[in-house]
Amino acid sequence: MRIIARISLPLTAVAVAAPVSAGDLQVQFEIPRLRVAEYHNPYVAVWLEDANGKAVANLDVWYDTDLRGDDPRKWLPDMRTWWRRIGRSSTMPANGISGPTQPPGRYSLRFSEGSRPLPRLAAGSYVLKVEAAREVGGRELVSIPFQWPPAKPMTGTKLGSKELGAVRLSIKP
Amino acid sequence: MFAKPSLIAASLALGLSTLVPTAAEAHRRWLLPSSTVMAGEEETITVDAAASNGLFIFEHRPLGLDDLSVTGPDGQIVEPVVIGSGAYRSVFDVKLAQQGTYRIAIASEGMMGSYDLDGERRRWRGSREDMASGIPEGATNVSVSENAARTETFVTLGAPNETALSPTNVGLEMIPVTHPNDLIAGETARMRFLVDGAPAAGLEIEFVAGGTRYRDEPGIRTLTTDAEGMVTLDAAQPGLYYLEASAGRGEYEDGPDRRLSYTAVLEFMPL
Repeated sequence: MRIIARISLPLTAVAVAAPVSAGDLQVQFEIPRLRVAEYHNPYVAVWLEDANGKAVANLDVWYDTDLRGDDPRKWLPDMRTWWRRIGRSSTMPANGISGPTQPPGRYSLRFSEGSRPLPRLAAGSYVLKVEAAREVGGRELVSIPFQWPPAKPMTGTKLGSKELGAVRLSIKP
Repeated sequence: MFAKPSLIAASLALGLSTLVPTAAEAHRRWLLPSSTVMAGEEETITVDAAASNGLFIFEHRPLGLDDLSVTGPDGQIVEPVVIGSGAYRSVFDVKLAQQGTYRIAIASEGMMGSYDLDGERRRWRGSREDMASGIPEGATNVSVSENAARTETFVTLGAPNETALSPTNVGLEMIPVTHPNDLIAGETARMRFLVDGAPAAGLEIEFVAGGTRYRDEPGIRTLTTDAEGMVTLDAAQPGLYYLEASAGRGEYEDGPDRRLSYTAVLEFMPL
């Protein structure tokens, strides 16, 4: 099930107010508001890689599904890392994974292990990847490493510098 | 009319039997694709074909497209749409209607030579099969050489595949071990060179980044293939790179002198 919640509370407050349930993986991130002459919502991809850099779960992909005149998938390779690791071998649109782009704001995605699109993960080291690419704009990739399964609820936060704001991963055994 | 390949022009100018072909005599020959990594149901790329010294600058002359051949992801030939030829470049489009990797090549082979007949030196050009009939009886002082030149680039729609990368086993060619549309700056890429399908050991490869106009150094890196014909490319900066190799003078087989050349344009992406 694809659930995108646009949230207005500060990230820390959300983490307290809506803790993840068992087996859940929650990704929160911000698309910053940019003062530029021509703004298009960014393409965003969220996925997991194992310790070898192999993609193990394609969690979420936002792209311009209403693009007029062109194949909407044309610009997917602009999310370069995602495209190479999993995008080019995936079929888009993908039920429960892909959706339209979103305006600046804070977003929260929640995934349950064993329920599409998050498969059961073998114990080990993983990396959460969030990549954003914007038409006439830049590209940014944020990585948050984690161990699965976690012994106790864990959170990790990284700050994007341009195309992404704070990215926060919350996991719970 | 398209200009003749510069290697042939150079060898005609310099004489046929004594020449050791080197890259120095020829301008660089390249096919420059508008994109190499693409997505969607179908896509069209446009390609510039030119010979020049600067990379990738239209400064010398267009490449002829008579020997242009595009191999699709299923190994079948794809018909390019030739736009035309200007003072410095030729241009064609390729419609990518199938998912996978396309090999775009200008590959030519042919023989040429000269002989004495009735007290005159005469020239001959043709295919290997035509040699017996092309050089008349009574000809003396026959000197014949064979040319095989390949200039190519690679593009991929969707997920890369390997079908179009199979060797033709004719002349000098590069068989990518690392997929040519999966090249990342900072990661090593391995390529194998073959002469008529056999590993080209000890072959010198010239590897140059584009953008020569904006730097003082030529930036040529000379690499040598190992016993398996393998070479490792290492591009620190993302961008378009030019690669060239040549072999000749019967180094790889008996028979007439051969002049083999290979050039390619590869794109290394940032990650």
